[in-house]
Amino acid sequence: MGDDSLFLQYLLSGITKGSIYAVVAIGFNLIYSATGVLNFAQGEFVMLGGMIAVTLCAFLPLPVAVAAAVVIVALTGCLLEILFFRKLRHHTIMHMIIITIGLSIVIQEVALHLWDEKVRSLPYFSGSEVSSIRIFGASVSPQVLWVLGTVAVVVVLLHAFLRYTLQGRAMRACSSNPDAAMLSGINISNMRTLSFGLSAALGALAGCVISPITMTHYEMGAPLAIKGFAAAILGGLGNPMASVVGGLLIGVIEAFSVSKLPAAYNDVTAFALLLLMLFVRPHGLFGSPSGESVREV
Amino acid sequence: MLLKRLFPVIGFAALAIAVQLGAGALGKEFYLTQLTMAIYYAIVVMGLCLLMGFAGQVSLGHGAFFAIGGYTSAVLTTSDFSRFQDSLWAAALKRIHVLIPKADLYGGQVLTTTPWAAFVAAMLLTFLIACLIGYPALRLKGHYLAMATLGFCLIVNKIVLGTAWLGAADGISGVPEWNLAGGLVISGRSAVRVQNYYAACALALFLLILLANLVHSRVGRALQAIHDRETAAGAIGINTARYKLNAFVLSALLAAAAGVFLTHYTAGIGPSEASALKSVRYVALAAAGGMSNPWGAALVSTAINFLSLRGWFGTYDNAVFGAVLILIISIAPQGPLKPLGLWIRRLLSGARSAAGGEHAAS
Amino acid sequence: MKRLLVVLLVLSLLALPAVAQKADAKKPIKIGAIFAVTGPASFLGAPEEKTATMLAEQINADGGVLGRKIELIVKDSGGSPEKAVSFAKQLIEEEKVLAIIGPSTSGETMQIKQLCEENKMLLISCAAAEVIVNPVAKYVFKTPQKDSQAVTWIFNTMKEKGISKIAVLSSMDGFGDAGKKQILEMAKPAGIEVLASEAYDKQSTDLTDVLTKIKGTAGVQAVVNWSIVPAQSIVAKNMKQIGLNVPLFQSHGFGNRKYAEQAGAAAEGTLFPAGRLLVVDELADNHPQKALLAAYKKNYESRYKEDVSTFGGHAYDALMIVTEGIKKANAADRDKVRDAIEGLKGLVGTAGIYNFSPEDHTGLSLDAFEMLTVKDGKFAISKK
Repeated sequence: MGDDSLFLQYLLSGITKGSIYAVVAIGFNLIYSATGVLNFAQGEFVMLGGMIAVTLCAFLPLPVAVAAAVVIVALTGCLLEILFFRKLRHHTIMHMIIITIGLSIVIQEVALHLWDEKVRSLPYFSGSEVSSIRIFGASVSPQVLWVLGTVAVVVVLLHAFLRYTLQGRAMRACSSNPDAAMLSGINISNMRTLSFGLSAALGALAGCVISPITMTHYEMGAPLAIKGFAAAILGGLGNPMASVVGGLLIGVIEAFSVSKLPAAYNDVTAFALLLLMLFVRPHGLFGSPSGESVREV
Repeated sequence: MLLKRLFPVIGFAALAIAVQLGAGALGKEFYLTQLTMAIYYAIVVMGLCLLMGFAGQVSLGHGAFFAIGGYTSAVLTTSDFSRFQDSLWAAALKRIHVLIPKADLYGGQVLTTTPWAAFVAAMLLTFLIACLIGYPALRLKGHYLAMATLGFCLIVNKIVLGTAWLGAADGISGVPEWNLAGGLVISGRSAVRVQNYYAACALALFLLILLANLVHSRVGRALQAIHDRETAAGAIGINTARYKLNAFVLSALLAAAAGVFLTHYTAGIGPSEASALKSVRYVALAAAGGMSNPWGAALVSTAINFLSLRGWFGTYDNAVFGAVLILIISIAPQGPLKPLGLWIRRLLSGARSAAGGEHAAS
Repeated sequence: MKRLLVVLLVLSLLALPAVAQKADAKKPIKIGAIFAVTGPASFLGAPEEKTATMLAEQINADGGVLGRKIELIVKDSGGSPEKAVSFAKQLIEEEKVLAIIGPSTSGETMQIKQLCEENKMLLISCAAAEVIVNPVAKYVFKTPQKDSQAVTWIFNTMKEKGISKIAVLSSMDGFGDAGKKQILEMAKPAGIEVLASEAYDKQSTDLTDVLTKIKGTAGVQAVVNWSIVPAQSIVAKNMKQIGLNVPLFQSHGFGNRKYAEQAGAAAEGTLFPAGRLLVVDELADNHPQKALLAAYKKNYESRYKEDVSTFGGHAYDALMIVTEGIKKANAADRDKVRDAIEGLKGLVGTAGIYNFSPEDHTGLSLDAFEMLTVKDGKFAISKK
């Protein structure tokens, strides 16, 4: 294997990881865009989506199982918003953070007792465990293309939704100025519920497409959420496209760090990068520092 | 006023003694083992209270500080430095009794650091790291700060897991006892259980008094002002950045100290102490006690951790912590003790006024 | 008449302690268990807990041990050492159990090894790491096969296949660390050269980057991976996907049929040493382990509706060793049971046939393993 194809292989493996982070990060961004809450339980939506789809897949065709899982998780997301966040609107960010963390733990434990500790996975959407697509001597699993495709479709649809539909514009209005949005007749509460449902759906979809690659088990949510979170912050919060770039960037950096450093410190590299980013440029690569002040001093 | 300030101190001391006597009388003295561990964990929570309740900053990285304290102490007191025996620094350290020779479990001679020296080293290291992390991190707001501290916690966790001389996944075991002073030994042996229980209580009480004094001082009022309205606090001339950093470093030091004590008490430490879940648990407990009430937080945290360490929650251990977080934040974000106290007071005054009413009627 | 009365009186007085002893003998024998039923090591602890509960019920249904029932006290440590310490102290001081089985992980076991030794508490660990029984602690035993034996099997198979240059992958948890340590230690004497050794996070989502590094290392003839699910399946899949076509050796942690299913076609041809539980159908009827393994598999799978795993077997063996020790000592006395266990020979367990001695607290020899492979999605004994 030549150096060039080795380089390409690292790049592709980075893209594989990065696409997973990206698809999780998009969901984060949506809730953040609409409500200003960074949802630490987003990873659990991903896990639930995968778990439910795997369970349904036993007696339903794959596309139906995935669709059903997405709908179920979306409804769960709406329900959680109504139950826990609706009356907390006037709470501080600290309270919001704590409550999403609490939800994340509880959902994880519910999943453990509802299913079990075993690892499951959906079948590959096309091809099998051993099939791969060869590109100039390097190869990549076809499932990665599914993930990238999902990311692309979701980003385009989301962009169109937020920009051109009434609902989407209302959602953005809630984010940038809730009071003004309310004054202009937008039902803020319903908008928040919608955004929770929508990002739960995105999370569930992510959980389904990545399941053949990463496999699904009850503890998978939190680590994925943290990486997705890092991707969203690296790109700049509030911009779905930016978080996709952020995700891919983290994946590629991780992959190339493996080529030089022991793989054991892979995550250390990723998080050190995140810390550095937060300290140097907290509004992200593509965010604008003027939009919302993220620093207090 | 003085009485009001002294009341919790006396109450806590009385409670501690009552619990020990009660446990002894019932022949359940072994409860004190888990109680002692729970009190050490409560010290971490007390520090978090200062940070969250007064400075208004959330940290998801305090598990990491606990681990830094515990691991520093564990590594220094279990590593054998005898291959450096002849070097100049080892000889110098030996002269001032930082390094001492002793026999190990299997009869060999080893040269290790004394626990006191390890404690000092752990505190210094924590101070350094807390300053390094805190200085840039505390300039961030809400979510960003939470993320930065969480990232820091994960880095520490992964470094511990990936490093052989930190015991990797197995952690470090066989940490020696800590001969504190005058026969007081920090150790998990059942012979010194009562003694250790009081040592932990005394440490916690001392720190609580320290915190209470801090809160009622100029520093505390400044922190409170930052918590309530940061911009306004800055406008009236409070150096918000410095106060926040001080609170952060102090709470990190408390966490690390708790780590050192507990590591000697349980004779070991594992990487799970630096996990994100552990950090989240501390936040849950601080919230459960009422963030701006260190006394309440210490009490609630000791109680819940005690039950958890005794295996009361079975396989629902984490679920209980998650549920506590959600319930308290949605029902009583100021902590359950305050509304409970108010409710009792109202009930009492209601009863009194009802009694008074009857009196008047007759 | 009077004399008779006196004799009767004396006899009854003599009988009194016997009656008292009888009353004591009716009390159940307490055995403690510390398993990581939840948390990151639940893949070990959950089947262990199920197995131990099932076996204890079976023993009690069959009349117990020495006519006394067994009371199993299970504690869920969640894999955290501080809880293991707390629970061990409770079991020792409060419950005054006869013996403790578990913990599930090496880290937890090492945290309480000294504690048990100091309190003269019998500990039968279900964790594999070598350090648990080396140096030997008087009261500490363990049931899983040694990592070093697994490595010996892998190296022997490699020699047969003419492989001498390998790459080692391991997960960053107790299981992976212990295995890696053994491989690196034993490689040189066995004439095997380790060209690359990498550890990865056990919750990794994709490992093509690590495998690319190995692909880029010239001369690698085989890959040894030491981890559990999901990573072990991901390694198998990723190797095939990037076209790293060298033999893959897995550890004995590949011990559940589900794992082979997870990796699907990618698992075909994977080689790994394991106890015979996974290939019980292939065993000859006169194999000493056949009856026990078949019964365990049947009972477990019909009761819990899930595939049996070698991990659950470790708890089976641990509880059985304790009860056999009690039977052999003919007393529920800890020191006597300990001595009896050290003298147990030829005891058939799920992991192999145990022959304990004062120097050997694992009791299993090399032949406890078989080299298995995955053939048509099923486990089979690898034929030379």
